[in-house]
Amino acid sequence: MSILTPGKKIEKLDRLAELAAAHSDEGGESLWREAFKRVRRNPTAIAGAVVLALFVLVALIGPFFVPYSPTDTSANGVVVFSGRGIIPGPSADHWLGYDQQGRDEFSRIVVGARQTLLVGVVATLLGLVVGSLIGATAGAAYGLAGRWGRRLDNVLMRFVDMLLAMPSLLLAVSIAALLGASLTTVMIAVGVISVPIFARLLRGSMIAQASNDYVLAATALGIRRTRIALSHVLPNSLGPVMVQATLTLATAIIEAAALSFLGLGNPNSETPEWGVMLAQAQTYLDANIGLAIYPALGIIITALGFTLLGEAMREALDPKLRT
Amino acid sequence: MALLEVSDLSVLFGRRGQREVRAVDGVSFTVDAGEVIGLVGESGCGKSVTSLAIMGLLRGPGVKIGGGANFDGTELLRMDERAMRDIRGRDIAMVFQDPLSSLNPVVPIGVQVVEVLARHRGMGGDEARKEAASLLDRVGIPDPNRRLKEYPHQLSGGMRQRALIAMAVACQPRLLIADEPTTALDVTIQAQILELLKDLVRESGTALIMITHDLGVVAGMCETINVLYAGKVVETALRKELFARPRHPYTVGLLASIPRLDAVRGEKLTPIRGSVRDLLPWAEGCAFAPRCDRRVEACLAGTPGFTGGGHEYRCLNPVPLGAVPVQETLEEVV
Repeated sequence: MSILTPGKKIEKLDRLAELAAAHSDEGGESLWREAFKRVRRNPTAIAGAVVLALFVLVALIGPFFVPYSPTDTSANGVVVFSGRGIIPGPSADHWLGYDQQGRDEFSRIVVGARQTLLVGVVATLLGLVVGSLIGATAGAAYGLAGRWGRRLDNVLMRFVDMLLAMPSLLLAVSIAALLGASLTTVMIAVGVISVPIFARLLRGSMIAQASNDYVLAATALGIRRTRIALSHVLPNSLGPVMVQATLTLATAIIEAAALSFLGLGNPNSETPEWGVMLAQAQTYLDANIGLAIYPALGIIITALGFTLLGEAMREALDPKLRT
Repeated sequence: MALLEVSDLSVLFGRRGQREVRAVDGVSFTVDAGEVIGLVGESGCGKSVTSLAIMGLLRGPGVKIGGGANFDGTELLRMDERAMRDIRGRDIAMVFQDPLSSLNPVVPIGVQVVEVLARHRGMGGDEARKEAASLLDRVGIPDPNRRLKEYPHQLSGGMRQRALIAMAVACQPRLLIADEPTTALDVTIQAQILELLKDLVRESGTALIMITHDLGVVAGMCETINVLYAGKVVETALRKELFARPRHPYTVGLLASIPRLDAVRGEKLTPIRGSVRDLLPWAEGCAFAPRCDRRVEACLAGTPGFTGGGHEYRCLNPVPLGAVPVQETLEEVV
């Protein structure tokens, strides 16, 4: 969860936009090729990439290979609640033991990974698309469309700043509470809180690009403004947005888990989801503390993977950190 | 009738809380159809601002443009942006200084050329691609079909400038403005690009305004040369006349500062002392006076007017005829 103040958030985003623009003079693609090279040499980035690759692999194909059905409660009898209660821990047959209803914990964690990936990707895409639409409109209007454009930009950006000013978890909880608890709600809520980030970033990036010579040259050839915005300025501005998307995936996963934990996620506890599992495990901490540890570890490791890779990409783009 | 008639053009840049800057201050010149003229002066004298103002590319708060620029009967400066966009690229085109930054780095050359053809000549598909290839061929880019698919960074500097020139002449404009087209290039490439511009202009009858700080560049191609200083034309003459009998001390200084192959070894270059920032506002006298060796008392009493017919200069104490060695073979300077 981001604890940055709105001012700091804005500052950080504008800096990233500026950086990418400063590089584009060096000949477009070479920026990315160079950044990619630097990422590849960076051990943290490699670590992040490996973790992510494992996670995605598990999420995509893991559910087909799990030893037990994640919803099979036929072994319910092994769970004993007499006095302090006992939930059997890891064994050779059940690698992570049973959960409170006698389901195989390992299978549930694996299947839960898919949920987590789904929520993270969908929420990020939602934020990316909506945020980019707002940001591209505002950026193009400000950079290319004169006085009226500046006015439109002003209206759009004040709205975005408003979203940015609210603590993101609070905003997400409000949205989720408004829409009612479900997995879709979580995705929408997490998506909405990343909208202002993408909007602000793309706008800054486009404004920085709009003052470039190739825009002047295209204008001098009589090319129309919409065309300049869409086929010249926009493609050059997407770089920092892509970096931000990687970082947002990490926060989206954590935030989605947080919402589920708070009971705003999928109310059907049949479908395993890390946040829900963590929440339910609270009741059984004395019976089997592992039930809380496994999903928590899953969340932490995944978010760490995205953050490591994202930060490495950001560093690779920053000329001040170049060696 | 002149193709382009710029009269008393002035450009002011204002900023809240700061004094306005007069970047261009009453510049007048004419360009006839098919004529090549030069605007010469050092950095900051208003050359580029003049061209941007004519193209209508100086818009925004704080920019005040005065005077007129009559292009074939239409007044460019009072034209609305929409109509101006139709003229740009079709009737008047421009080539900029830095070919790398003037091309979009993430879009293939071909797409950028086709874009112009689609915009002004309504071409599309194969027809546009063929025309683009023949344009690249015309500006001397070998293997045009392959180059069309390449990105700007895959081309050499000279080739990039050629591609930009191809885009500028794609619609056979009647006027081409070249703003320091060779400054960012190697000397050998410079000559090639100038040659190319000369050929294109000769073949198509396009008029050309050559903007440069380098008298050597204009020496080989311009018929009329206007020397700018601090936003005003200080001397204007036919090329031969200007090189043979420069009258304004600034022009003489520019000529003297060109390095020469036949100079004695170890001889120092002769710069004009001071910089363009040490100027006097024209209202208080001659802007060049603070840097001028031939300054007299009267120089500080208001803007000097133009004197001399045909070969005009804005100076009260001009360099006497014959004081400067006549530069017989002008092309030698190039």
